[in-house]
Amino acid sequence: MEQTPNAPVDESALNAAFEAKIAAGDSIEPKDWMPERYRKQLTRMMSQHAHSEIVGMLPEGNWITRAPSLRRKMSLIAKVQDEAGHGLYIYCGTETLGVDRYDLFNQLLDGTAKYSSIFNYPTLSWADMGVIGWLVDGAAIVNQTVLAKTSYGPYARAMVRICKEENFHKRQGYEICATLANGTPAQREMLQDAVNRFWWPSLMMFGPSDKDSPNSAELLRWRVKRKTNDELRQRFVNLTVPQAQAIGLTLPDPDLTFNTATKNWDFGEIDWAEFFEVIKGNGPCNKERLAARNKAHDDGRWVRDAATAYAEKQKARAKTEAA
Amino acid sequence: MSAAAAGHEDEPGIAAGEAAAGTRAVAGARRAPMGDPIVELLLRLGDDRLILGHRLSEVTGHGPILEEDIATANMALDLIGQAASMLRLAGETEGKGRDEDALAYFRDAVQFRNCLLVEQPNGDFGQLMVRQFLFDAYSVLLLDELSRASHAGISAIAVKALKEAKYHLRHSSEWVVRLGDGTEESHARVQRALDALWRFTGELFVADEVDAAAAAKGAAVDLAGIQSRWNAMVDEVLTRATLTRPADAAMQRGGRSGRHTEHLGHLLATMQIVARSHPGATW
Amino acid sequence: MAATTGTNGSTGDSHWPLWEVFTQGAQGQPFEHAGSVHATDAEHAMQNARDVYARRGEAVNLWVVPSSAITASAPSDAGPFFDPGNDKAYRHPQFYKVPRGVKVF
Repeated sequence: MEQTPNAPVDESALNAAFEAKIAAGDSIEPKDWMPERYRKQLTRMMSQHAHSEIVGMLPEGNWITRAPSLRRKMSLIAKVQDEAGHGLYIYCGTETLGVDRYDLFNQLLDGTAKYSSIFNYPTLSWADMGVIGWLVDGAAIVNQTVLAKTSYGPYARAMVRICKEENFHKRQGYEICATLANGTPAQREMLQDAVNRFWWPSLMMFGPSDKDSPNSAELLRWRVKRKTNDELRQRFVNLTVPQAQAIGLTLPDPDLTFNTATKNWDFGEIDWAEFFEVIKGNGPCNKERLAARNKAHDDGRWVRDAATAYAEKQKARAKTEAA
Repeated sequence: MSAAAAGHEDEPGIAAGEAAAGTRAVAGARRAPMGDPIVELLLRLGDDRLILGHRLSEVTGHGPILEEDIATANMALDLIGQAASMLRLAGETEGKGRDEDALAYFRDAVQFRNCLLVEQPNGDFGQLMVRQFLFDAYSVLLLDELSRASHAGISAIAVKALKEAKYHLRHSSEWVVRLGDGTEESHARVQRALDALWRFTGELFVADEVDAAAAAKGAAVDLAGIQSRWNAMVDEVLTRATLTRPADAAMQRGGRSGRHTEHLGHLLATMQIVARSHPGATW
Repeated sequence: MAATTGTNGSTGDSHWPLWEVFTQGAQGQPFEHAGSVHATDAEHAMQNARDVYARRGEAVNLWVVPSSAITASAPSDAGPFFDPGNDKAYRHPQFYKVPRGVKVF
């Protein structure tokens, strides 16, 4: 968006006005002046979030064709479709910052952009569809509920829409888990195995511990983030443990104990070495995920070009007719 | 539905490879006494939409652009939703305790009644849209007639499905035009897809004894009339798209009596694997 | 809104223009901004908007507008544009007294 300042810009005054808005809890809107660093941090965070939604379509999309009932098949398609929608809403938010979705997309495709580490784990059984909905979407909802109050208006509004839609994701996931838990021995075994694989990666979704999270302090000060990674992770664990108990599942952490003093569920040490390996691109499916996104993009190029060419022809025809 | 095919109802665990009973049944199906024509008609309607919806669902998340991923998923959802209600009614009418899932997951390829067009494997996006367009035009005309059927169950389903089908047709025909009249490459690709799929369109309009018997039970469809309107609709869009209508030579048929192309078996092997691996389980 | 059209030199990929989407939630309600989509023309934008922003029955009508066609007020206009409206109390019904006991309002 173009700013056409009438008078010479006084950065310090603008900055003071910006900080005052933040302090007052007002939302920052696209045309408002904002420090370059705020714009940059937001772009980084929003694009990572959008990329995660887009890559997140793949592990679940992997089971659409094998869903064991028509109802489950439809829920899963609708869920994966929502992820495309959510990616799109957040990319819309970045476009208000003057960042083109196509450019962000290219960063995803060439491997320079980050996305949530969880989607680099493979989906190996139908139970994974339940566990992803329950744990992965559950973790995402904890994150996003807080982001709905983020200081940047377009991001907050996208989050409000997304949170509303995501409630069904977690419930359908938990329903799958509960059904499997009440099912045959083979179904129960399938479910426990999926929980064993996805529990720790779900905890990693909240990002590094606060002491190792370089961007956190600044993002919190600007109210882009409203809670620290560790606070959100703890909230997720507290919510999830009773849900696991309710359907007779064992969470794969021998250190998981209820702390009567803090009223929190204490949990064991996360394998951060694994986390950073996955972030670096060495997770079980990083290569496959990027390859799939690149293939879809490359295969679609002629389609995008054709639509553009057709629109241009139509415009030219309209002009000729008018002349 | 033949008697032997219906006999699977109590053995949902039958493996895909053990299709001998079903094969035998269908080999004799043309001479065997026809089951309830309403059931047979609903299986044709439901299977068309289930198989096409499944094909579309295969590309969820792999579309040419985000907006189109969402649109394709919408069409898949509509079609599978239509299939579920059609197969449910088929099962209820049949009265042998089979629900939509039993029909979708525990029949073998030869027991499916979908047309050959919808089971053709996905090619590029142009092929997807051509297949969709050819089917949508047929579907809109067919559902329009069925929405006025005196059979209450069928007309209720058709009324709802017709609204969805009209939107699908709008979407797929716009893409056929855009791609046909887009770039040289896109034109060549969709023309190729059209040429390859054309031989599966003749089957859509072949009326047989099921159609005659269903008409007598309140679900009359004038397939000859539908064909001439379909021709006009398709010609109009192909002209806008600068595409050449292929010649009507050598049409393939067989889907309505269970004689499919080899592709359907592979589709079902994937679709049914989890359900069949856990006989008796609920999901 | 940042409307970006034209061609991205780095990949040779064609860019579809951005359209803003407005949805009407129910007959008689005002249209509200819902978000944006990329599309090549108005019909295309309309279809994409329908699939993206009305898939849960959130809308009974849609508007799509090329983002580049929207002119927005600038933050620097905020004072001169909007403050003068704040002290015109006589534009509001509460400014006027109604005799006690009259219930018609």
